[in-house]
Amino acid sequence: MSTITASSSSPSAGTRTSPAPFWNPYLAGFGLGLVLLAAYLIAGRGLGATGAFSSVAAWIANALSPEHAQASAVHARYIANGTPFTAWLVYLLIGSAIGSAVSGYAAGRWTISIERGPRVTDRERLAFALVGGIIAGLGAKIARGCTSGQALTGASVLNPGSLVFMLSVFAAAYAVAWTYRKEWL
Amino acid sequence: MFPLSSTMELSQAASLGLAVLIGIGFGFFLEKAGFGSARKLVAVFYFYDMAVAKVMFTAIVTAMAGLFLFSSIGLLDMAELYIEPSNYPAAIIGGLVFGLGFVIGGYCPGTSLTAAATGRIDGLAFLAGIFIASYGYAELLSGFDTWLASSAHPDLTLPGLTGIPMGWFVLLFIGFLALAGWGMSIAEKRFAGLRP
Repeated sequence: MSTITASSSSPSAGTRTSPAPFWNPYLAGFGLGLVLLAAYLIAGRGLGATGAFSSVAAWIANALSPEHAQASAVHARYIANGTPFTAWLVYLLIGSAIGSAVSGYAAGRWTISIERGPRVTDRERLAFALVGGIIAGLGAKIARGCTSGQALTGASVLNPGSLVFMLSVFAAAYAVAWTYRKEWL
Repeated sequence: MFPLSSTMELSQAASLGLAVLIGIGFGFFLEKAGFGSARKLVAVFYFYDMAVAKVMFTAIVTAMAGLFLFSSIGLLDMAELYIEPSNYPAAIIGGLVFGLGFVIGGYCPGTSLTAAATGRIDGLAFLAGIFIASYGYAELLSGFDTWLASSAHPDLTLPGLTGIPMGWFVLLFIGFLALAGWGMSIAEKRFAGLRP
């Protein structure tokens, strides 16, 4: 397993193949915007990444104990929408994993690794990633959406709640970034 | 004519197949932007690489302009699009919590999947965290969730609230993107020394 540290000039430097550079951000953003537009034109709704997790969670809770699962309004709502095997957002994420893997592989960026700054260990980085995932997941549940489902999807139709969400995300992130600089810089 | 979901009867298989196709595009461009890399993502919070803001803003402006164009030539019925109900306290609290998790974890949900799908174990750990949070939220905070849903305002958009047509907002956002792009290029030079 290769470990990516900040001493390398690009994310996969140090591995045998030298990866292709990332795309110009405005070009990648334009492509992402066309995908979002296509999602709206085809499905009538934008993108989303966190809903799929609730769908799977509800399915597991229901398999363990249907009575217990129905006691939670959140589980019950997702169960009523069907299993993850027919959930639109789950298939969107399956596609996203495929698209990411294909793009990453073609660019020479597919590598088993842990990405971290130079001043933390692999173990610390994994703990930070898990805890960060729990915190971000909780935030996404409270706000009913994440950077995909609220920020991108909502902002493009000028949904004021989504714009407030996006500003709040960046406000908090910039406020705490210096505190956590040892993890990254 | 659009959205297709309202104008034609799509079979479940067709609908889910389209979801996979849209997802492939989603993941492809996230990866091409460099968003499978936690350090590329958090760089935006240290100003030395503003790619996250550039990509997000360009995507929003592109989709917004596209929706406006399709709607103005009569091919899209905007009223048929799903608008997430707005709940400002939830958007603020959830957004602040989310921003903290973003910096600590290095990803957001969609990008952690891109990271995991390109071999990043930290991306996998972040995904595990989202699942734990989703399960825990349903188990512990379902009462709060019911309150959230009941106090949200459905179908709010800025053109609807202000009476200003969407086209003006599209122009405003394009202008803001141009200004912000200029500002970000200056910030990247000034903070280049932070790049590890």
